[in-house]
Amino acid sequence: MEGKVLKISMLLLALAVLCTAVGVADNSRLKIATTTSLYDTGLLDFLQGKYEDKYNASVSIVSGGTGIAIQYGQRGDVDLLMIHDKARELKFVQDGDGLQRRCIAYNYFVIVGPKNDPAGIKGMNATQALKIIMEKGKADPNNVKFVSRGDNSGTQAREQLLWKNAGYNYSKINNSGPWYIDAGSGMGATLLMTNEKSAYTLSDTGTYMAYRGNLSLVPLIEGGNDLLNVYVAIAINPKKHPGVNCEAANQFINYLVSAEGQKLIADYGKDKYGQPLFFPAAGNCDKIGCSSAECAVPTNASCAAA
Amino acid sequence: MDEISAGFIRAIQLIVTLDPQVVEITARSLSISLTSVFIASLIDIPIGGIIQFHNFRGKRALINLIQTFYSLPTVTVGLLVFLLLSRSGPLGSLGLLFSPEGMIIGQTILITPIMIGLTISALGGVSVQIKETAMSLGATDLQVIFTILKEAKAAVIAAILLGFGRALSEVGVAMMIGGNIRGYTRVLTTAISLETSMGDLELSMALGIILISISLAVNLLLNRIQGR
Repeated sequence: MEGKVLKISMLLLALAVLCTAVGVADNSRLKIATTTSLYDTGLLDFLQGKYEDKYNASVSIVSGGTGIAIQYGQRGDVDLLMIHDKARELKFVQDGDGLQRRCIAYNYFVIVGPKNDPAGIKGMNATQALKIIMEKGKADPNNVKFVSRGDNSGTQAREQLLWKNAGYNYSKINNSGPWYIDAGSGMGATLLMTNEKSAYTLSDTGTYMAYRGNLSLVPLIEGGNDLLNVYVAIAINPKKHPGVNCEAANQFINYLVSAEGQKLIADYGKDKYGQPLFFPAAGNCDKIGCSSAECAVPTNASCAAA
Repeated sequence: MDEISAGFIRAIQLIVTLDPQVVEITARSLSISLTSVFIASLIDIPIGGIIQFHNFRGKRALINLIQTFYSLPTVTVGLLVFLLLSRSGPLGSLGLLFSPEGMIIGQTILITPIMIGLTISALGGVSVQIKETAMSLGATDLQVIFTILKEAKAAVIAAILLGFGRALSEVGVAMMIGGNIRGYTRVLTTAISLETSMGDLELSMALGIILISISLAVNLLLNRIQGR
């Protein structure tokens, strides 16, 4: 008798597992892991709509920092990365996780802060500015604060690079007092927090402009090569990660670098913000440091699995 | 205060005009959580019955363990299921990460302890005499269980509703397994989290009001069932 109950329970259990398993996800979807800036600005949503209409495809976008996006890529959980941290991109391709790196767009990082600029950094270059923010922040943490993404994103990688260029060891910066706020959030949320705390932060221009309406922060340091921000797309290598949707990823990359895709990127946001949020990579290869082989040209990587 | 009242009015507008985005997200939330609770009921109520009606060594310890897991942090379950479903994980070949099906698996696991535990308590509330009477009348094991389930109906339904409430309101599993993909895995809680971080507080409030309303409805239902 006891056995009977057990058998029935087991049957139900099996049934339930089966119910779940028949829904095995629809694998024709293209899964993209993207840095938050391309998502929070609405650019990727916009491109997704155009692409889905044209190719009758469906696209899933998972938004996170460059760090988590690379993690997803290394595990084979997505088909395509759209990120912005050159050092980690090159390593990703070198490790065999990604196929080819393609520059698709660029803009600049910007240091934003309160209008009254309590640290007085306006007009400096980025590394000088960070140095001053730290000195004044340590002396007067009630008035001078810096909010860091703290989420391993491409923007945070750039912040760390700027600290290094300024001659500091980042791990010491991160624990050096209440002036330095480690937010652990995406760009949009970090900007909102910076605004609440009347602090300084490093942002990409696209996200800053998209959020500008909700912020009283002003751009203080703009332009310059050390603030250049290049976005790339990389398809995941099916040899290393069998099962990824490589054809769809290549098709999406080739759409982005096509004349049509580059124009959509160049025009995005003009009507709403009065200026574009991103610039197309095509035609600007030298300026943004992308070799002609990687810069806005179609990918020719083979999708053959191992 | 202005922001809150203005947001509230806009939120109500979004709800009464059946804003397509609001409706879509709400429908997805309900369908994923209801499916989770359905599957969890099929698994957990029988398991609860088995534990309650059998005496074995370590039964007390097992029940304690289950009760400890009532407050299993949703992000821990999210992480666990993420590692299971990721392509590099043991179930990776199913391709279930970042899909509604994956979220259902995660939520089912999440609410399993509370549903087993509450089923045990529900069945424990039925007097032993009923069990013995049924058995003395020659009922089979299965018939005994059904008789007792019938007696404990209200308490078992309460277990189901509480499981549903926990599944609907959790954000860890939905975010980590679903990935908050627009039009595919975005549900009430992940949408609120995203829209708030994007500064669209009105939409967040509208979705929040819906979430609270559903919880309220579940609670009223619970009270009615238990009041009877």
